[in-house]
Amino acid sequence: MMNLFVILLSALLVNNFVLVRFLGICPFMGVSKQVDSAIGMGLATTFVMVVASAATWLIQWFLLEPFGLPFLQNMAFILVIASMVQLVEMFLHKTSPGLYRAMGIFLPLITTNCAILGLAIMTVQGNYTFIETVVFALGGGLGFTLALILLAGIREDLQFADIPKPLQGAGIAFIIAGLLSLAFSGFAGLV
Amino acid sequence: MNTTIVSLVSMGTMGALFALGLAVASKKFAVETDPRVDEIEEVLPGVNCGACGFAGCRSFAEGVASGEAAVNGCPVGGARVAKLVAEIIGVESDGPKRRVAQVLCKGGLAEAKQRGTYDGPQDCRIAHVTQGGDKVCSYGCLGYGSCVAACPFDAMYMDENGLPVVIEEKCTACGKCVEACPRDIIMLVDEEQGVHIRCRSLLTGRFVRQACSVGCIACQRCVKVCPTGAIYMEDNLAHINYDLCTNCQECVAVCPMNTIVWQEGKPLIEKVVAN
Repeated sequence: MMNLFVILLSALLVNNFVLVRFLGICPFMGVSKQVDSAIGMGLATTFVMVVASAATWLIQWFLLEPFGLPFLQNMAFILVIASMVQLVEMFLHKTSPGLYRAMGIFLPLITTNCAILGLAIMTVQGNYTFIETVVFALGGGLGFTLALILLAGIREDLQFADIPKPLQGAGIAFIIAGLLSLAFSGFAGLV
Repeated sequence: MNTTIVSLVSMGTMGALFALGLAVASKKFAVETDPRVDEIEEVLPGVNCGACGFAGCRSFAEGVASGEAAVNGCPVGGARVAKLVAEIIGVESDGPKRRVAQVLCKGGLAEAKQRGTYDGPQDCRIAHVTQGGDKVCSYGCLGYGSCVAACPFDAMYMDENGLPVVIEEKCTACGKCVEACPRDIIMLVDEEQGVHIRCRSLLTGRFVRQACSVGCIACQRCVKVCPTGAIYMEDNLAHINYDLCTNCQECVAVCPMNTIVWQEGKPLIEKVVAN
């Protein structure tokens, strides 16, 4: 049990996918203008992470390893992730058209979010058990959501700030992301 | 060889399984969109100019399908598009009226008096907010062509008298020039209307005469002569109610300043006016 908690905390804070491992920067910059859409994006990504990592774990240990096909890892994993993203996209389009529109192109782009593929490969490299994999994915997804919400909150307040012209938009966002990343390095050594 | 077959079979099976799953999901999560929306969007010009008042062509198509927008609401598409949209919706399009921009000022370089020289940037909006251009009249055309620059369809040009001219065949009533003009002298009017009061000055007659030789001096002759009551006086300026004007040109004949003009080639209109 303690082991699972350590994995969760590690994925959430210490090795935060966005701010420490620098994976998934594209949606981190793209969908962090409003807290609402940031939460939606974070939760959608978390869902894809959890389901995809569970599926990839099964594929890795019951299909690829027994049949001696580990070289197909990337392809198989991407296939799983792409299918999951399609599913989420359909689900969101049906249940929450507003969120669907707010996320725009970044929703299908979850497919190419390296954080998800990275997570799936990391669980394989770390020889995690199935439960550990799911917890790790949950932590990673929540960590991603946390980073997105933090940046979105700051960027919402930035609307009122007097930012020098050359830094407006993405420029200031990258600086803030850097500072956030610096702050998160303070979690190192927590576990 | 063996590995190849196993790879192919395993990947193929996985792909097929996911495809099946997604197919089921797409049925389950199918969003019911009005098929007419796609059809309408198909016939729209697709430039997403926003002249209809919606965010883009897609939004306008949704608006038409849900009844919020009129079938002839796309000013750029004009009568042709309105007819197609009306067919899709299944209603009769009541002869959509094409609108064109009209410039309501006649005071060019020859008519409007100068009060100095303006050396600033050659842009109406800048001239308007800084010192108001070089003409005495503070209501009329500044003459720096911001409307012409704003026109996305090359439907306007500046004539040698320093006034913008609308090429009505090219005008799509997108309203970009109306927005661009800081003095609000451009208006979108039904194409068939041929009588226009080309002045926007709210000054009394004496001051209008000091500023311009073709401005409205509020003499009221046009109001008296108009058989349909389409002209009315407000703030020292004659206004025309295009809903009532029949292009009879009585007012054009009596206007002492030649402010009211008749565009050759426009038809006489029969109007049924409800009391």
